[in-house]
Amino acid sequence: MCTVCGCGEGEARIEGAVHVHADGTVHSHSHEHAHEHDHHHEHGVGSDLDFGAGPARAHVPGMSQSRMVQIEQDILAKNNRYAAENRQHFDERGIFALNLVSGPGAGKTTLLVKTIELLKDKVAISVVEGDQQTSNDAERIRATGVPALQINTGKGCHLDGHMVGHALERLQPSDESLFLIENVGNLVCPAAFDLGEHHKVAILSVTEGEDKPLKYPDMFRAADVMLLNKCDLLPYLEFDADLAEANARRVNPELTIFRVSATSGDGLAAWVSWIESGLEAQRGKRSTIVDALKARIAELERQLAAK
Amino acid sequence: MHEMSLAEGILQLVEETARREQAQRVKTVVLEIGQLSSVEASALEFCFAAVAAGGVARAARLVIVDVPGAGECLACGLAVPMESLFGICPGCGSHRLRPTAGTEMRVREIEIE
Repeated sequence: MCTVCGCGEGEARIEGAVHVHADGTVHSHSHEHAHEHDHHHEHGVGSDLDFGAGPARAHVPGMSQSRMVQIEQDILAKNNRYAAENRQHFDERGIFALNLVSGPGAGKTTLLVKTIELLKDKVAISVVEGDQQTSNDAERIRATGVPALQINTGKGCHLDGHMVGHALERLQPSDESLFLIENVGNLVCPAAFDLGEHHKVAILSVTEGEDKPLKYPDMFRAADVMLLNKCDLLPYLEFDADLAEANARRVNPELTIFRVSATSGDGLAAWVSWIESGLEAQRGKRSTIVDALKARIAELERQLAAK
Repeated sequence: MHEMSLAEGILQLVEETARREQAQRVKTVVLEIGQLSSVEASALEFCFAAVAAGGVARAARLVIVDVPGAGECLACGLAVPMESLFGICPGCGSHRLRPTAGTEMRVREIEIE
């Protein structure tokens, strides 16, 4: 059983871990936070409810024991709490975290391998690999010499904040490092689940359709960056890269787009340089946090000395 | 099929509340689902029935309140209704629209006894 949250049964497996999860969300946890927004009203409720104006206000004793209790919470509140913890963990340590998302076969793992090869001599890197089954991808990443942890989601179609929190504990990424998460190959479900990353990076390959961003807008809306991959194949395909970019920007006007080929290496320099800027920003954020803490300690010591 | 995870998220909120309120059963669960959120209502209903089986909310009726999508044009600032995550500004013809409402997925309230 997991000593952090008590989760213990189900299908999702974190590679090498002794505990097992029920697809990441089914299990109960010992570290739930009480929410503060609950205030309930008692009402007699007849056969009809006016949900626009709230439930009927008259309470009729003896008529019905039913009552309405307001919850007013985001369905993803729990996932978002785990994600916020992960993000805080990253920020306090100056770690830059990316969540790579795409449909199956867009070239996420190859792209990761190439990215790691270009960066591993400059920065520490650790990788989380999400797939329903097998540890093939983690093995491909480990062959580059960086630590990788496979999470098998079983029947689950996406990683969630809780799984990544466990991955963080196991991988223990070093300060000011790069943390890469390869989500389950799925252009729909991972869009809704914040893992605590700084950016979602959507990968679209030129062997797919130019209209994919319009067909699956949630993902391209959730992403900050799009990599148009396999561009070395453009001469052999009837794929309009400009149209694909225009479609992606219709869904997300703020999207940063890089055209790359993981196979030939074309375009990877700009992508790698974007990652380096992100790492630099995280280092800056960390030193701001550390400076603020140091200033606080100095102030407390000054107060203590004055007593 | 992330609706399964969402259904579990809903059930968790519902069951926590029902337990705290010492409810015998949950009769109704009222959700607010935005038109621009990534939820398919019928799939969510199906999944909720599956995950709620055997628990305090097993017979609960799911009421989904649709929240219409709305956005603003980043080019001209016009407020525009949005039925999907992308569209064209009726004022200036720009595609640069940003949603401002209709992306929520919330549990509003439950009816218990």
